[in-house]
Amino acid sequence: MDTAAPGGGNSGRKVIVRVKRRPGTREEAHWEEFALDWRPHMNIIICLRDIAERPVTRDGHATTPVSYEANCLEEVCGACAMLINGVSRQACSTLVDSLEQPIRIEPLTKFPVVRDLVVDRSIMFENLKRMKCWVPLDGTYDLGPGPRIAPEVQEKYYPLSRCITCGNCLEVCPQVNENSDFVGAAILSQVRLFNAHPTGAMHMKERLAAVMGPGGVADCANAQNCVEVCPKQIPLTESIAEVNRQAIRQAVLGWLLG
Amino acid sequence: MREPKIIVVGGGLAGLMAVIRAAEAGVPVDLFSIVPVKRSHSVCAQGGINAAKNLKGEGDSTDRHFDDTVYGGDFLANQGPVKRMCEAAPGVIDMLDRMGVMFNRTAEGLLDFRRFGGTLFHRTAFAGATTGQQMLYALDEQVRRFESEGKVKKYEGWTFLSAVLDDHRISRGICAMDLKTMEVRTFPADAAIFCTGGVGAVFGRSTNSVVCTGSAQSALFQQGADYANAEFIQVHPTAIPGEDKCRLMSESARGEGGRVWVPKKPGDKRPAKQIPEAERFYFLEEWYPKYGNLVPRDIATRAIHKVVYTQKMGLEGAPAVYLDVSHIPRETLDRKLEGILEIYEKFLGVDPREHPMRVFPAMHYTMGGLWIDNANQATSVPGIYAAGECEYQYHGANRLGANSLVSCIYGGMVAAPAAIRYARGLDKGCESVSTVVYENERRRQEQINDSMLHAEGTENPVTIWKEMGDWMTEHVTVVRNNPDLERTDGKLLELADRFKKINLSDRTYWANQTLSFCRELQNMLVLARVITRGALARNESRGAHYKPDFPDRNDAEWLKTTRAHYDCGTIKFAYDPVDTSMIPPRARRYDAKA
Ligand SMILES: Cc1cc2nc3c(=O)[nH]c(=O)nc-3n(C[C@H](O)[C@H](O)[C@H](O)COP(=O)(O)OP(=O)(O)OC[C@H]3O[C@@H](n4cnc5c(N)ncnc54)[C@H](O)[C@@H]3O)c2cc1C
Ligand code: SF4
Ligand code: FES
Repeated sequence: MDTAAPGGGNSGRKVIVRVKRRPGTREEAHWEEFALDWRPHMNIIICLRDIAERPVTRDGHATTPVSYEANCLEEVCGACAMLINGVSRQACSTLVDSLEQPIRIEPLTKFPVVRDLVVDRSIMFENLKRMKCWVPLDGTYDLGPGPRIAPEVQEKYYPLSRCITCGNCLEVCPQVNENSDFVGAAILSQVRLFNAHPTGAMHMKERLAAVMGPGGVADCANAQNCVEVCPKQIPLTESIAEVNRQAIRQAVLGWLLG
Repeated sequence: MREPKIIVVGGGLAGLMAVIRAAEAGVPVDLFSIVPVKRSHSVCAQGGINAAKNLKGEGDSTDRHFDDTVYGGDFLANQGPVKRMCEAAPGVIDMLDRMGVMFNRTAEGLLDFRRFGGTLFHRTAFAGATTGQQMLYALDEQVRRFESEGKVKKYEGWTFLSAVLDDHRISRGICAMDLKTMEVRTFPADAAIFCTGGVGAVFGRSTNSVVCTGSAQSALFQQGADYANAEFIQVHPTAIPGEDKCRLMSESARGEGGRVWVPKKPGDKRPAKQIPEAERFYFLEEWYPKYGNLVPRDIATRAIHKVVYTQKMGLEGAPAVYLDVSHIPRETLDRKLEGILEIYEKFLGVDPREHPMRVFPAMHYTMGGLWIDNANQATSVPGIYAAGECEYQYHGANRLGANSLVSCIYGGMVAAPAAIRYARGLDKGCESVSTVVYENERRRQEQINDSMLHAEGTENPVTIWKEMGDWMTEHVTVVRNNPDLERTDGKLLELADRFKKINLSDRTYWANQTLSFCRELQNMLVLARVITRGALARNESRGAHYKPDFPDRNDAEWLKTTRAHYDCGTIKFAYDPVDTSMIPPRARRYDAKA
């Protein structure tokens, strides 16, 4: 078994990690540095676990384990987004060997910090609600199969349904800041997904009305940072453009029909 | 009529389905989950979901699905519930389809199906290689709809600590802790449905997510809920070993034509691609020509163990074998398996479309779980229900691939109306229970927190957890020997003793993850013993439970459900007969003579 305990050195190689600590929402942040034993295939979560098992800084001060979010550890739950060497990404799929040292780990900056690396991203779920990101269903009782969908259509929209609500696309978006309500790329891409579904389209009008409201698609300034960081390679700029077209069409139609 | 009050704990597939059914019935629900429900472990499910829709003209039927499931589970599952689940499965797929799950399609626009382990039929509907994620999102969206209508209230970031039991040991609500403020609070309810998933963390590293600790199940067990068939733990044949997690390579890789092999020459150092066909040992295909690479998981796992440990043919002598999809066209791989191949590529930096993957078995699924009755998903404590991986009902001694997702949804569908019926039938609802009952439970839980936070010991909880995981993995997974099981039980007692001398190194009352982890660890140590002692008692081999000293299934003595009961700190076992009224038990074999 390859469970070399941290501190029980093997190769002697070290991984130097600096973590931005913040004990609570109101407290000041400070940095702590740790020296961990290197092992093959180490990722950032393994580093944080090593610290939890031996919460002692590089210069020998006892400290507390770092608070962070993680669940699936295979980049599919979205929980572990953080800034690693300044890049917004998932900690579980970030391998130590691909990084320059010392490795700097910070919480996302566009969401309120709860403690250390834990941030509150509930705004994303709230916005999904606001944009009615669901298929309206009469009920879950047996009503026979759903609508037929061509394989090409499935192949086009399946990638959109892989969004893990990690928030990386919001983190890097200049339009997401204290002075704006912009819902961000992820949510607009979900709007596109539900507008495309034959039943979901029945809510299209309400969704587009919300999209044209405050914080909607008009706030996108086309910086295109979102596509760069999305761990699921979702075609976000394409999604925003399509939702924008749909919104304009609806606005023009509404105007024509009075 | 008074409105019943229902709580659902856990927001994976089972929990969300239960919530939807309750909300649809017009009953308000409170939903509790450690993680935001959209991040629940169900997102990890890759391969697909079974239903005998027979859309491939193969003559599949719900009866055949029923037979495969019972046979695959080595006849340990009660047949009534399994039959009902298999009959409901096609309707479940239709419902998910209507909710907008992006299932793969045929040219005609119908649902596509793939083949999974333990069956000869194409019975598994799939959405790329991320089926669980797509399903969880679809249910999550429906719950969000009900939430926006005020029918559901979510408590995300709360962990369940205990049930609130009245003087008659009837459940009257739950006690939970806010993981941010560490506030402990009680929530009155007439019925609570538990959907808290599997117990992977008891084995340290598994294919499960971090929150799959079984802590909630264990807490309920310690409060009197029976726990059944704990010893049945599924070890998946093909995972990528890792220090933090063993990442699964889904059975769908084999369903789409992936092949398992090792070089015929032990210790062969050549790169896989340079080893010619004739010098490769496709041991599953050779030993099980009918099912080939798609034998059930327990069979494939033991075959890999045999190749590695008995025949010493592991790759370069290491515990690993090849799972090879490199002969399949890239376009097919990207269309049907991208989600999982991506995982291999990201975590190991090697492209599995080019190079065979190195895999080894890992703890994967919890067949056992909270004991529930055969009709209503009701546990042995009145007012407590269970659905999904945390209960024991549908998979017997071994679960077939793609059967879990269907059992989660089906269980949720049954549990919610049953809980509502029970709540409506109560003479007196939770509002009539004295506040003292709630106060006492809250205080009891707060005291546990306080004593952990102020413990001045020397033991680190992560170290204890790792030791438990290593022992459980080594002695209580694929091969089990009674002397080892005895020693493991001793070790677990030692760890529980050391746990008393714990030191938290974080004593704050704010987002203190060490404290919540310690609460889980304490519960895991109990559950680990239930698993180990259950395995020790069962002197036979059945499904995933294999003892070389008792290599055969022994129906005369062991065709029965293990039922653990907690009695003043000791774990006691009783045994229930299994309902085999529809399919008489027959020998289970997948080799050529079958
Ligand atoms: C990698 C992988 C791939 C798989 N692929 C497939 C597949 O292809 N097909 C298939 O059929 N099955 C598959 N399975 C199995 C299947 O995914 C699971 O059995 C299923 O998702 C379990 O769902 P659940 O609803 O029971 O629980 P989970 O999805 O595990 O949800 C548990 C919920 O309970 C909550 N919770 C837990 N403890 C507490 C607590 N103390 N307090 C409050 N909340 C709590 C969690 O926050 C979570 O919301 C796979 C499993 C793994 C690990
Ligand atoms: S769109 Fe991509 S980056 Fe944005 S939340 Fe979804 S997965 Fe994350
Ligand atoms: S832990 Fe789930 S995405 Fe990293």
